[in-house]
Amino acid sequence: MQRFDAIVIGGGLVGSAIAYGLARAGLRPALIDEGDVAFRASRGNFGLVWVQSKGLGAPHYQRWTRLSSEEWPALAAELAERTGISVGHERPGGVHLCLSEAEFAERQARMEQMRQEAGNFGFEYRMLGADELRGMLPGLGPAVVGASWTRYDGHANSLYLLHALHKGFVARGGTYIPNRTVDYAAAQPNDFRLGSGAAEISAPKIVLAAGLGNAKLAPLFGLSAPVRPQRGQILVTERAGRMFEMPTTTVRQTIEGGIMIGDSMEDVGFDTSQRPDVMAAMAERAVKSFPWLAELQVVRAWAALRVMPPDGTPIYDESEKFAGAFTANCHSGVTLAGAHANAFAPMVAAGALAPDMVPFSAKRFDVPQAA
Amino acid sequence: MFRKRPDSAAPTVPVSVEGRDIRVPAGASAAAAMLLAGFAAIRETGVTGTPRGPYCLVGVCFDCFAEINGIPNRQSCMVRVAPGMAIRRQHGRRAVEVNDA
Repeated sequence: MQRFDAIVIGGGLVGSAIAYGLARAGLRPALIDEGDVAFRASRGNFGLVWVQSKGLGAPHYQRWTRLSSEEWPALAAELAERTGISVGHERPGGVHLCLSEAEFAERQARMEQMRQEAGNFGFEYRMLGADELRGMLPGLGPAVVGASWTRYDGHANSLYLLHALHKGFVARGGTYIPNRTVDYAAAQPNDFRLGSGAAEISAPKIVLAAGLGNAKLAPLFGLSAPVRPQRGQILVTERAGRMFEMPTTTVRQTIEGGIMIGDSMEDVGFDTSQRPDVMAAMAERAVKSFPWLAELQVVRAWAALRVMPPDGTPIYDESEKFAGAFTANCHSGVTLAGAHANAFAPMVAAGALAPDMVPFSAKRFDVPQAA
Repeated sequence: MFRKRPDSAAPTVPVSVEGRDIRVPAGASAAAAMLLAGFAAIRETGVTGTPRGPYCLVGVCFDCFAEINGIPNRQSCMVRVAPGMAIRRQHGRRAVEVNDA
């Protein structure tokens, strides 16, 4: 039996960021990773570090996302220094394009509600008309009516981020255990044992960050993680000279020059296949926004599964039955990497979640049934 | 570096490689035309500017990008030559023309 200070289950962006933060806090953590056979949302995501649309009706989520966006520059700089990997992070602000007056009005109402819910914390946004937007983005199509803008938004290369977190984790003394699933688990307060193949490991702390796998793992530790898959599809064009100075919600240019189009949310279960009708609809809306995109060749396309809590807001919890067991569930492994490494991991290291994390508990789904 | 097979007696078609007129076997790829014209490295990458040449020749490696008849970033190994085809090297990322309405 190998003993560690903490075990993190799940080597995607959520688990890696938490494990990295634990190692940096001086713990000796183990990171168990199913490997590239996993659904691995971290390999398929769009790469936004996105704030402006997160947390409608859930201001704690807006604050958490903002915190992460503000931690991101320090995390990116630290990873570059420690690992030599530049994760391509930029935070120039971002826009959400509206292609009709109705979309614009709906967006404006949403942004204003976000501002009011933010209270003293503040939420700075602007609704931009088409004329002003034309000075910020290249070759907008006549269909674009306007956009919402905040200065909090940005983007990064999520594959480099995953690589850098893994490398940084190991460099800080973490033990990476790849190509393993959890065969059995035994939970006692501050005493967790996992079996995986012939190996058995134990630790007084455990963090469940296994994405969609958390739904089955959580009950073993007195926790609940009712996450479901939501499919998203992405198209990537050939590399072009730098066209965009900022990302949009559904079209962004990577630092290498490829232009990504991602604009689908599909409830299709555990199905990662691609659908031409969805891809066509995505391309059509992108070309309406930026007609010149039609000239570019699409060179890659894929589908992946988001890890979606029932209300879209992340679930963070600690077990009441088994102290020392934590869970983290969200569909924003890139955006929230700053918060996971720099805020969530220190809480786990300290042994308890901060009081302001209470609204993220899965207890919010325990609504008594009406008689 | 590359020669035609000695048994190659296929009819040839005229193409232009970097502005130079040459004849290549009918049915050859645009990548083969560039190799026959004497180019090994035919493009520079879009990120680091590293010189690259056709490698896999079966449409997988994306290292044979060329500008063909004015269209950039074509996978030249997947394009069959046609009479009068204009093939040019690909220098880094392509440019995009934007007409602001």
